This record gives sequence, structure tokens and C-alpha cells, in this order.
Amino acid sequence: MTLLPAPSTKRLGLVIDLDICVGCHACAVNCKEWNTGGYGAPLGDVDAYGVKPEGAWLNRIHTFEVSPKDSPAQIVHFPKSCLHCQDAPCVTVCPTGASYKRSEDGIVLVDEDRCIGCGLCSWACPYGAREMDPVEKVMKKCTLCIDRIYNDNLAEIDRVPACVRTCPAHARHYGDLGDPNSDVSKMVAERGGFDLMPEAGTRPVNKYLPPRAKTSPNTPPKQSEQTESLEATGFLGWLDKALEKLG
Amino acid sequence: MHPAISVILFTVTSGAGFGAVALIGAGYPLSDNPVFFFLTALVAGALAVIGLASSTFHLGHPERAWRAFSQWRSSWLSREGVASVIALTLFGIFVLARLFTDLPTQGLGWAVSAFSIATVFTTSMIYAQLRTVPHWHSWLTPAVYLAFSLASGFLLVAAAGKASALGEIPVALIAMLILLIAWALKIVWWQRAAGASLASRGMTSGSATGLGKIGEVRLLERPHTGGNYLTREMVHQIGRKHAAKLRFIALVIGAALPVVIAAAVAWWEFATPVLGLAFVAMLAGLFVERWLFFAEAKHSVSLYYE
Amino acid sequence: MSQTGQETGQEIGPGRGTGEHREQERGLDASPKVSDRVARTTCYMCACRCGINVHLRDGKVRYIEGNRDHPINRGVLCAKGSAGIMQHYSPARLRKPLLRTGERGSGQFREIEWEEALTLATEWLGEVRMRDPKKLAFFTGRDQSQSLTSWWAQQYGTPNYAAHGGFCSVNMAAAGVYTFGGAFWEFGAADWERTKLFLIFGVAEDHDSNPIKLGLSRLKERGVKTIAVNPVRTGYNAVADEWVGVTPGTDGLFVLSIVHELLKSGKVDLDYLIRYTNAPWLVIDDEGAADHGLFARDKDGKPLVAERGGDKVVAYDKKGVKPALKGRFKLADGPDGGREGVPVFELLARRYLDASLAPEETEKTTGVPADQTRRIAAEIAETAFEKEIVVDQPWTDMKGERHDKMIGRPVSFHAMRGISAHSNGFQTCRAIHLLQILIGSIDTPGGFRFEPPYPRPVGLQPKPHLGPNLPGEPLQGPHLGFPEGPEDLLLEEDGVTPVRIDKAFSWDAPLSAHGLMHMVISNAHARDPYGVDVLFLYMANMAWNSSMNTAGVMKMLSDRDEDGEYVIPKIIYSDAYDSEMVSYADLVLPDTTYLERFDCISLLDRPIGEPDVLADAIRWPVLEPDRDVRGFQSVLLDLGARMGFPGMVKEDGSPRYKDYADYIIHHERKPGRGPLAGWRGKDGDKTGRGEPNEDQLERYIEHGGFFEIELPENTRYYRHANRDWQEWAVEHGVQDSIVENVFQLYLEPLRKFQLSAEGKVQPAAPESHREQIIRCFEPLPDWYAPFEGEAIDEGDFPFHALTQRPAAMYHSWGSQNAWLRQIYGTNPLFVPGAVCDSAGLKDGDWAWVISPHGRIRVPVKRTDAVNPKTMWTWNAIGKRSGAWALKPGAPEASKGFLLNHLINELLPPKGDGMRWSNSDPVTGQAAWFDLRVRIEKAEAPDELSLPQFPPQENPLPKPPENVTWGKEWTR
Ligand SMILES: Nc1nc2c(c(=O)[nH]1)N[C@H]1C(S)=C(S)[C@@H](COP(=O)(O)OP(=O)(O)OC[C@H]3O[C@@H](n4cnc5c(=O)[nH]c(N)nc54)[C@H](O)[C@@H]3O)O[C@H]1N2
Ligand SMILES: Nc1nc2c(c(=O)[nH]1)N[C@H]1C(S)=C(S)[C@@H](COP(=O)(O)OP(=O)(O)OC[C@H]3O[C@@H](n4cnc5c(=O)[nH]c(N)nc54)[C@H](O)[C@@H]3O)O[C@H]1N2
Ligand code: SF4
Ligand code: SF4
Ligand code: SF4
Ligand code: SF4
Ligand code: SF4
Ligand SMILES: [Mo]
Repeated sequence: MTLLPAPSTKRLGLVIDLDICVGCHACAVNCKEWNTGGYGAPLGDVDAYGVKPEGAWLNRIHTFEVSPKDSPAQIVHFPKSCLHCQDAPCVTVCPTGASYKRSEDGIVLVDEDRCIGCGLCSWACPYGAREMDPVEKVMKKCTLCIDRIYNDNLAEIDRVPACVRTCPAHARHYGDLGDPNSDVSKMVAERGGFDLMPEAGTRPVNKYLPPRAKTSPNTPPKQSEQTESLEATGFLGWLDKALEKLG
Repeated sequence: MHPAISVILFTVTSGAGFGAVALIGAGYPLSDNPVFFFLTALVAGALAVIGLASSTFHLGHPERAWRAFSQWRSSWLSREGVASVIALTLFGIFVLARLFTDLPTQGLGWAVSAFSIATVFTTSMIYAQLRTVPHWHSWLTPAVYLAFSLASGFLLVAAAGKASALGEIPVALIAMLILLIAWALKIVWWQRAAGASLASRGMTSGSATGLGKIGEVRLLERPHTGGNYLTREMVHQIGRKHAAKLRFIALVIGAALPVVIAAAVAWWEFATPVLGLAFVAMLAGLFVERWLFFAEAKHSVSLYYE
Repeated sequence: MSQTGQETGQEIGPGRGTGEHREQERGLDASPKVSDRVARTTCYMCACRCGINVHLRDGKVRYIEGNRDHPINRGVLCAKGSAGIMQHYSPARLRKPLLRTGERGSGQFREIEWEEALTLATEWLGEVRMRDPKKLAFFTGRDQSQSLTSWWAQQYGTPNYAAHGGFCSVNMAAAGVYTFGGAFWEFGAADWERTKLFLIFGVAEDHDSNPIKLGLSRLKERGVKTIAVNPVRTGYNAVADEWVGVTPGTDGLFVLSIVHELLKSGKVDLDYLIRYTNAPWLVIDDEGAADHGLFARDKDGKPLVAERGGDKVVAYDKKGVKPALKGRFKLADGPDGGREGVPVFELLARRYLDASLAPEETEKTTGVPADQTRRIAAEIAETAFEKEIVVDQPWTDMKGERHDKMIGRPVSFHAMRGISAHSNGFQTCRAIHLLQILIGSIDTPGGFRFEPPYPRPVGLQPKPHLGPNLPGEPLQGPHLGFPEGPEDLLLEEDGVTPVRIDKAFSWDAPLSAHGLMHMVISNAHARDPYGVDVLFLYMANMAWNSSMNTAGVMKMLSDRDEDGEYVIPKIIYSDAYDSEMVSYADLVLPDTTYLERFDCISLLDRPIGEPDVLADAIRWPVLEPDRDVRGFQSVLLDLGARMGFPGMVKEDGSPRYKDYADYIIHHERKPGRGPLAGWRGKDGDKTGRGEPNEDQLERYIEHGGFFEIELPENTRYYRHANRDWQEWAVEHGVQDSIVENVFQLYLEPLRKFQLSAEGKVQPAAPESHREQIIRCFEPLPDWYAPFEGEAIDEGDFPFHALTQRPAAMYHSWGSQNAWLRQIYGTNPLFVPGAVCDSAGLKDGDWAWVISPHGRIRVPVKRTDAVNPKTMWTWNAIGKRSGAWALKPGAPEASKGFLLNHLINELLPPKGDGMRWSNSDPVTGQAAWFDLRVRIEKAEAPDELSLPQFPPQENPLPKPPENVTWGKEWTR
């Protein structure tokens, strides 16, 4: 039902590393590919070869430009899918019970058979993680690849979300964020993983790892690494000594 | 937000309808002629029903709409469904009882009023609950919805009703008063909305991406060059100039015109049915107001798309 | 339904209860069947050639994922690969052979039967072959069957064959092969596991698409610093720890400035230079002589060095010699003794210690702050020499000396088209190799590593062949190769006129190892050096995104001569989809998709080796075509047999090969060596060499579509000088013999061209080319300003305009793909903020972009993460209306645009009466990125990009409205 379940100890989710995401869209397309033949209705595309092609996607890659005060603007590629919030407003607003959060692992899902396509859950989601399917008119969202992670027909090693398995830069990680000892939790602790829009009060499970600090172009050489300068004319003299050392 | 005609139609007409139903339930003096009473009740009820029905037009699966009654414990949309059905059912019984029986109906009437008002309240809460849309996320939203519902409902019943005055006060004067209060609330709402930006709630591109710590954050590329459901539904905003113009139109048609008509009725002691004109004008103004309610609202999703 | 009702204390908060989550009730099946079977083959959504697992269900593709065992992608898959379903089922797929009925370019065709198509092609081609074979120009684009196509062209007997390398990356390939026998491109990779500093120049996506991303992520995991040199800061450059926002075309100066710094501080690996490079070789110093600047050689032709501490001059490879790196030495032993020689290293030191290369000086041109150059030089030095790696792995060098360990200088580099697609790209790329070699980091632990079959120095590469060019006779060797001097050029008797239609291996582009495909149409149209009778193209969209001056090329393809005949009389084209080029063909041979045919990713061509493995691969038909289409390679073999090519028919004149699969198994280039290296020999137990194995393809399919063999530990580094590697390579058929690979810091072939330009040797360069050759063929890596910039007035065209590959699109292929076109359906021009401000441009505005050749009208997007003089856009998004089965008004055609309209295959007139090719003068590499522009605000009430072209008709059924892939498998 659309009341949120009591908080689960298991909180499955993703950790996305903005320091290495190259913005290649691999995860988004593989997600589309897996899910269009998988959970629920296909992810439809309308006017697919026309003037305004538009489809349902569960994961999209945005690109931001960030301008620090004293160094050149940088670009951050920014993948975004459902964050499987602990206080998921998309669930409680749903009038039909279609939208729900699983008590056992915290995954937020839409039971498409019950969905009336009112769209309210997508209004309630601060992140734009839900999209109405343009053909089937039911609400679509990231399923955390529930039909992969528990799928006995897949090899153990493949029981991870499609986007995680495919990401060529390994910028996406999957695990139990409720377990402080999981790899993902440790990664979040080490790298200062953060929540998107904490002020929205949704307490996302998914975490983002920040880009590491960049070297500014105007940073001068460290004194210690400053190459000791040989006079141009002295170079050939230096060469003699250096060759001598070589023997 | 995208101003969907079906939703605008729904909130305005069902607001007026339930306002009128609430007033009828509360015992607003209507014609003693049963046919006329019935017609009045029918118009009020029909407005509410048309509104509700039109709200299902924007559903992807209207055939499953019945499922929406199940989640009243958490969902304002579900509560709205439940409340509206109760209100309309009770209203039906109330009207039939009034027409065909001598049973006392006042108790039932109060229940009709309560559920009608509750319906309007739940409608407003669908929007007011959304933290994602700071414009809406305020107690003023239900206040305005209720006030508009009562004001437009009042114009309707006043036009149809037999009373020229309630107590000592001329109906037209009351209408004027309610109108002024409702629009005053809306103006307060607008004023609040002006300060209720996403940023004022701490929602910025910086917080949405967590990159604000590094520097100023600006979208360079949307994820797709084409549109999507979100950009159509939520990342739609009208220009400020345009909005100001429309506000002016809403105020002229929806507030000034009905007030002037009501004033004329009061001054020249025209028959109350003339207030019907005020009702029509107000409804027209409310369409514009409601269009703006959506079009001016900014959803936090826009931080990822513009 | 008990409610625990834990309110969250929000103003209007969500409820919380225990809820009910019995999934059976919701009908959730978390363990659905995925597919009926999995076919493992090779991706071809781009040229990276990853391994894929194609999940098939009900005879259709359910899902494609990366193959975890595959050496290239190790399980990952990019956006394009994942969109393979939409490519395979694209409505733009051609369905049957087509014969043109309307005007060229109109797209009006009649469907014909294969027999008619093949008969016609045989007639057209056969007639030319018997009359004047050079009148066939056969050029191929993105294909990976060059070992077949080039062999076919040899058998045909035309000199006019090449693949797309000339407009793509020949600068990288040639600079690398000439300098150290390898190349960035796809013939090497950074030592991702060991490197401690990584520099990447001018790369947006590259051929090694997934390996680079996998590699970068390894560097991040290990906390290794990456430095990206690129005017634009997206993608790989965005995640790099440091960005060098270099001005386009100036990397050479930046790199030489680093070299300057390293020399100044003595941070070079002298031991490495002495052992593995020509640094000690003596260069003849005899101003005015015909061999001034060439290497001094002994009577066996062996280059000489001077023994340190004496004045004895000996062959460079004399055992135990300790050569001098500086000084002047009497060349007593030479044929004309008495002259003097100077070691390369001394020339090099003098050249690069020049004050003009100091960071403060180069900053003015490169835009790279002097501090940044100096600091990066220091970081390179520190990493190379203070963070040296020692791997305890004994190996033997070419002189037979045993080394008990492998020393590594863990600085690695990668570079691609940002370097190569400039008219100074060859030299710039050489400058980077110079830097790598000076610090001793090529094929050493932590550095840049060869991918087998590389290294393949010039000594292992063919020379360009001319052949007798007799009607009906095959050529005697491969068309393409690596000339070592003017004597290897392909010129007519007059010593000036090019033999080839693209003028490859002529004075225009002497070292054009990959040909100049971008010049073919314009030369054939100008009948310079001659006209062609048949233009035969395969998998190249030459009427659109792979041409410069696209509108001009479209006109050339449809121009008629005085007699009303098309100037290019016949065009045969093979494509799988309805591209822009299709509409210009007279005869269209429809190909299969990559899931429907055999392909061979061969060691004879561009294989998929990684540094530690020798590998090759196949594609095989995992689905049967549902259209009347044929794999083009099989069609080529059929045509060859019909024309009676000696290699393609048996003694009785019947076809030697049934189809391409048959060829892959049975063809032997040399006895025991065929297209595939794996499972050779009757029983499939031989690798590299061995007789054909009937089961070979079966074995490939069983093994996931590829073959790999790990290299022994002692052959994994120092392969340029590693005898263990050489022996292994010979044993495994990678090469025929052991070959020396001395790194050529000083490139003698370039000097030979200078000498012929100085008129000192024969053939002498024509007057017209002398100045350019003298300037651009410096034997030590050098920098000169890109040509287009030089030819124009800086004030008129103050900005640079570039394209970048979007990771999720492959050239023009992607637009037919229902998923990918949603991501990149249009392309804005990204303009630096300050330029926007001065031109009064805001996001969404339109602008005229004007180059010396033309103007285009485009939508604008502001950006600040870019070199301030540079604007850029995504490559090949713009489409011609009507192509690719897209509906009228598709955004690709209405708003998308090509920068190609602004780029000309010829440079602006210089006043010498000649129009120079817009190419690197050394290799002929197309100089896409030399483009200079200005920008002005434009009115565009119709919101159309300009130019627009009349729509091409298409011979296909209407595409569907919606796509709901997989519906039958979902609830
Ligand atoms: N402005 C600008 N222009 C550029 C570049 C740039 O950087 N900037 N880059 C240049 C470079 S490096 C390159 S390599 C070229 C690439 O340009 P092209 O080689 O023209 O590449 P594509 O657009 O992919 O066109 C290849 C053709 O192959 C067809 N094709 C696809 N699959 C198959 C198949 O299975 N069989 C057959 N027979 N045909 C198939 C496609 O339909 C398409 O028509 O573009 C060049 N043009
Ligand atoms: N997804 C995808 N992958 C592809 C292709 C594709 O179309 N799509 N095409 C394939 C082909 S054919 C090729 S040739 C490769 C090419 O792969 P890349 O080498 O990555 O080629 P481009 O995308 O043209 O990127 C060139 C880069 O060089 C930068 N650049 C331009 N001028 C300069 C300069 O003067 N100095 C420096 N330092 N940088 C400069 C540009 O900003 C850009 O980032 O990609 C292959 N891989
Ligand atoms: S696949 Fe990985 S690198 Fe590519 S966009 Fe997705 S998260 Fe980023
Ligand atoms: S990200 Fe949005 S859709 Fe996902 S759980 Fe949170 S609120 Fe719901
Ligand atoms: S769209 Fe579907 S899932 Fe979303 S709130 Fe409405 S019924 Fe629930
Ligand atoms: S977890 Fe699965 S559904 Fe969610 S974004 Fe990744 S691939 Fe898509
Ligand atoms: S990089 Fe992508 S498109 Fe290219 S071969 Fe690999 S998976 Fe296929
Ligand atoms: Mo290329």
C-alpha cells in the first residue's frame, strides 16, 4: 500500500561517482534496453522517426557546467535515476497503491496494473525520476533492476543493475547502503558521498560521490619539484657527467 | 508546470460546484418550486461532477479510476475521491429527501456541506502538499481554493436562490464581501508566491546536483535534445510579463467585473439572478487564475532541465 | 492494515505504515526468463569491436550486453552498443538492390534482383578493367575488411584503392610507425595498471572507446593523476584532474616547450636513448652536399656512431659500443671520408634548448600559461625519474644481452584526432613521441604499450605498390605502404604527375600511408590527374559527413560534362542503410547488418589486440536477414569470380570461394597464414601459422567470437628491442622475420624529401612544392602554424571551430536509431561566454558562422569550459532531409547542422595560382580542425539551420509511428 513501510535495514541502491562519469549515456541506453523488454510495459517511444521523438527512460545523463571562483569552468556529467528515497513522497501521494516501497529492501516500484496514470507521483518526486510512458500511459521509473538482482536465470555475477554492469567507466556502484560495512557504504564514507537536494526531505538511498579537486592551470611548480635549471650552454657539460655515470 | 486544460476545468468547475453544494447543504434559501430547486441542485451537482469527470481525462487509465479510492490513509488524491463521492452521494440523498419526503434534512445538509468543503480542501491539498512546488506548498493554497469555491458557489446559489437578503444584509453585498475576501486571499497568495522561489526553499542547481560547493552551477546540456514527459509536464513556465498581463485579466474578469455587478445589484436592487452574470464572469476569471496557478509554478525538476 | 503512523513532522508529511508487500499479490516476477539463447559475437555499432552477448528470444533480439571475457570491453558496453537492437531493426535498412531511375541525388530508384545488379556491376567494372583499370576508384569507409578489399583491388589491378584512414587518423598512424613502429590510434595503450601520470591529447571518444574508459576508471581507482590537453573540456577531459585548454593546432609548441624544460634540467633517460633510439647516430654535416643531413653509414649501409671518449666511428650496433651523444666526428670510414658527423642528440638538444621554446614564449601562441607548462614538465620528470618502476622480469634484448629486470618510467600518453586532424599533425604527433622517448616510457612498465601485432616498424611494413597497371592484370603488391624517400613515390614518368587519383604518394602528400579518400571525388571531378569511369564506394557517407565542402561534393557527384554525361560516369555503392550517399549512386548493393553476416577482424588488418594479448575476432550471422540483402564481402568475392580475378577463381574458372565465410577459412595470404590466427591447422591446434581448418569458424563461435592468446611475461615490455617477443611473434605468424626497431627521433626520410626539395637529389620536387616541403619536413619534430590560419587574415576569422564525437553516436549512423536520436537529435554550436557577450548571443539564438569558404546558420549555446578562441559542436548530427528513413521535418535536418560546409578540401588561394589541399603536407591527413571562423548574430524566424537541401526520396516503406520494443515479453 502507499503508506511507507517501516524503515528496512536493507537499503539497496546506487552510488554514482561524479569524479569519473564521462557522460557517455551507456548506462541510460542499456537501462532502456534491459527494461523495455523486462519489468512492466515496454518503454515506449513516440514519433520515433519523426519530428518530435520522445520516449520513456529510467535514467538520464545531464551535463552541468560549474564555474569555480578562481579557476576555469569545468564540466560535470550527471546521471540521474530514481534515488529510492527513504521518505519517498512519490509513494504516499499515489491514490491507487500502485506506487510502493518494498519493506524488505527499500526498492521503490510501480505496480503498473494498478497505475491509473494520474502523474501525481511524478509531481511529488523532486528529482524528475519518474516518467509517464507515452504509449502505455503508466508511470515508469527505475526498478533498481529488480528483475536482474534477484534473477536466478542470470549468473550470480550478473545479478546487478544493467546500468552498473555496463558502465564503461565504472562510475556506478550497487549495494546495500543500509549496511555500514558494505563496499558502497564505505565508499560513501571515504569519499564524502552526498544526497541530492537534501532540503526536499526525501532522504535518498542513492548517493553521489563528488568530483575530486582539480589542479588550476595557474598553479606554479612546487618549489621541490621545480626542475633545477641547467644553462643551455651547460647542458652539454651536464651530458658528459651524466654519461660518465652511466658507464 | 504545464497548465492542462482538464485540470484547470476540473478545479474551477468542481470548486464552484462543491461551493454551491456546500451552501445548499447548509440551507441556503432556494426556490420553493421543487422543479426549480431540483434544477438548481442539478446545476451545482453537475458542475461538481463535470469537474470530477474532466479530471479523469488526464488519467492514463481512466478505466482503473476506481482504484483511486483505496489509499485515503496517505494520499490526498485518494481522499479527494472518497470525499467527493461521499459528498455527492449525500447531496443526492439530501436533494431527493428534500423533494420527496418530509424527513428532517438539516443534519444531512450539514454533512453535505462538510464533505463538500472537505472535497475542495482535499483538492487543494493535492497541490499544497507538494514540497517540490514551493508556489503551492502553503496553507494559503487551501485557503484560496476554499474561498474561491465558496465565492463562486455563492454567486451561483445567490443567482438561483430566492433570497434577496440574508438576515438584514442584501445577498449582493454578501457576494461582494466574499468576492473581495477571496481575491484578497489570492492577492496574498500571489504575494507569498513571489517570494516562494525554489531558491528560497534552499533548492538550487547547486543543491540539486551537490556541485554548488565547487562553484556556480549551470546546465550545459539536457540529457536528450528532444523533450520528454518531465519537460512537457513540469519544466514549463511563462514569461513574467505575460503572467502580469494575465493576472490583470484574471482580476478584471474574475474580481472587478463580478464585484461591479454585485455592487450594481445591491445599489440598484436588481433581482438576484443578475448575479448569474457575476458567476459567469468569475468562472472565466478563475480559468485564467487557475491557468496561471499552474503556469507560474516552478517544479524542482526544472533545476535539472534549465 | 494496522497503521504505525509515524509522522515525519513535516508541514504536510507523508504517512508511514507497515504496508503490505506481498509481492505475489502484485504479480511481481523478480526472476523472469531472459532469453532462449545467447549468441556471442562482435559489436559493430562502432570500430571499437567489443564482444557482445546477444540474448535472443522468439528469434528476436531481447537484449545485448558486453561479453565479460572479451579482451576489449571486459563486459561493459557503450550507449551505441546497447542501442544495437534499434540499429538492427532500423526502418532505414535497405531491402533490395537498387538501380537509379531519377537524377543523381534525387533518391529515385527501382528495386532490382541481385542477378541483374551483379551482372550490371560486372559489366561496368569488367569493361574498365580490360580497358584501363586505373579508371576504377575503389574506396572504402568505416569497414573492417581492408585485407579483403585491398586484395580485391590488387586483383582488379587499379592503383586507386584506399580506406578512410586519410581523412581519419593517418597522422597518428604514420607519425607513430615512422617514429617507433607503433601508434596511438588503436595500436597501443597506456599501461593502465602501472602508470602514475597520464596525459591525453585531443581525444573526445576515440576508437578505443571502451578500453579508454575502463582505463581511466582504473587510474581513478588508483588515484593516478590525468592531464587532458584539449580546447574543449567535456567527456574524458571533464574528468581529468587537470585541463590544459590549448589553442587548436598549437599542441606541438606546448609539447616542445615541455621538451625544452626537460632538457634544460637534464631530465632525460640517456640509457634508453642510447640503447633504443637513433640519438647517437651521426648526421652528416656537409652543408650543400646531396647527403647533408642524412645519416652517415658504413659500406653495409649501417648508420654510424662515434665511440665516446675517442674519435672512432663504428656501426651503431657494434657490440659493447659506448656511443657519444655530442661532438663532431670525422667520418673517416665513410665512402667520402673527411667529412664530419654530429650525433642526433646534439642536434636535438640544440634545437629544443632554443629560447623560443621557453614556456613564456610558447604561451603567446598556445594560450597555455607558462607556469602550467613548467609545472607539467616538472611533474613528468618527477614521475618518470623519481617514481621509477622496477619489474622483476628477466628478458633478452636484440643484441642478446640479458636484463634481469624491466625498468619503467610510469608516464603515459595518448593522443588522437585533436592532434592528427591538423595540417601540422604529423609533426605534432612526432613531438609527443619525442617526449615519450626522451623520458624512456615507450613500452616500458607504466608507459605507453604496444598492442600486438605492433610494434611493426617501417621495416616490417610494405612499400606502396604501383604494379604494371596492365589491363586485366593484378597489381603486384599492396597499394598502401610506407615510403622511405622520394624514390618510393608513385609518380608518372615526368616525376611530377601523381599516379593515383587521390594523389597519394605524390609531392602533395609523400607519406600518405592511408591514401586521401577526401580528395577522390574532387580530383575525379576536376579530372586532375585524370577522370575515373567508375567510382565504387563502400560504407562511407561521402555525400555528407565524411566529405569536406559537402554541398560542393554533392554537386560534383551530380555534375554533367559538355556531353551531358555525368562527370563521374558510374557510381556503385554498398551501404546497409538509406544514407545520403545512397541517393547519389547509380547502383546500390544493399549490405546486411552486423548481426546478419560474417566479418573478420583480422591480424592482417586492424585486429583487437590489447597490450598483453594477441587477439582477433569474427562476426557471424546470429540472425538471418529478413530482406533481400547480401554481405558485401561475399558480393565482392562473387564479383571478383565473375571477372575472373586470378585469386578468386579455380583453375576451371569457377569461383574459388563460396562466400566470405569460406574465404575466411581457406584464404591463405602466405602459406599457413590466413585472415584468422586462431585454431589453425587441420585439427585446430595451431596458432598464427597452420593450414586451414574447416572448423575454424565453429571454434570462434564457441569461444565467443574471438581468439586470444596471452603473451609470455617476458614479452610484455620493451618489445621494440625484445628478442623474446620477436621470436614469439615470428613463431605465431605475427611477423615473418626478426626486425630491428630503432626509434627514429631524427627521421631520415623527411630529410630526403627536403633534399629533393632543395633540388639536391632526384627525383627533385617540383618548384611549386619546394618551399612547403623544406618547411614542413624537418627531420626532428617541429611545429609550424596550421595552414588555414596562415592563409587568412586573423582579424577576419579570429576563432577556431571544431567538432567532437558524441559518445552515444557513431558518425551519421546513429540518427536512424530510435533511441540514440532522442539523445542527439540536434546539435548546437557551443560558443565561449565572452564571444557570446561580444556578439550579443544568448542560448537559443541563431548565428551565422562564416569561414573563408562559406557560411552556415546554426543555433547557439553558451559555454565557458572551453578555450576562449574556440567554438565547437557534435559531429555528424545534421542530416539531409529525407535520408535515414526519417520523416520530413526531423530535427536532424531542420536544426541539426554539419560544420563540413565550412571546411574546404582546398585551402584559400594563396596567390601562387595553386589551390593547396587542406591536408597535412606530409601524410595527406585531412585537416578538419584547422577551420577558422567568425560569428555573427542571425535572424531565423523559421528556426531552420542553413544550408538546407531538397529532400531525397527514399525507397523504403514508411517508418512506424511508435516503437514499443519488447512488448510481447512484458505484461
Ligand atoms: N566535420 C568533421 N567531419 C568529419 C570528421 C570530423 O571530425 N569533423 N571526421 C572524419 C572521420 S575521422 C571519419 S572516419 C569520417 C567518417 O565518415 P563516414 O565514413 O562517412 O562514416 P559514417 O557516417 O558512419 O558513414 C558510413 C556509412 O556506412 C554505412 N553503414 C553502416 N553500417 C554498414 C554496414 O554494415 N554495411 C555497409 N555496407 N554500410 C554500412 C552507413 O549507413 C553510412 O552511410 O568522417 C570524417 N568527417
Ligand atoms: N562514439 C563515437 N566513437 C567514435 C566515432 C564516432 O563517430 N562516435 N568515430 C570513430 C572515428 S572514425 C574516429 S577517427 C575516432 C576519433 O576519435 P577522437 O580522436 O576522439 O576524435 P574527435 O571526436 O574528433 O575528437 C577530437 C578531439 O580533439 C580536440 N581537438 C581539436 N583540435 C585540437 C587541438 O588542436 N589540440 C588538442 N589537444 N585537441 C584538439 C577536440 O576538442 C576533440 O575533443 O573516434 C572513433 N570513435
Ligand atoms: S555509463 Fe557511466 S560514465 Fe557513462 S554516463 Fe553512465 S555513469 Fe556516466
Ligand atoms: S527519487 Fe523520486 S521517484 Fe524515486 S523514490 Fe525518491 S521521490 Fe520517489
Ligand atoms: S501515476 Fe500511477 S503510480 Fe503515479 S501516483 Fe498515479 S496511480 Fe500512482
Ligand atoms: S538500476 Fe536498472 S532500472 Fe535503475 S537506472 Fe539502473 S538500469 Fe535503469
Ligand atoms: S565501443 Fe560501443 S559501439 Fe563500439 S564496438 Fe564497443 S560497444 Fe560497440
Ligand atoms: Mo575516423
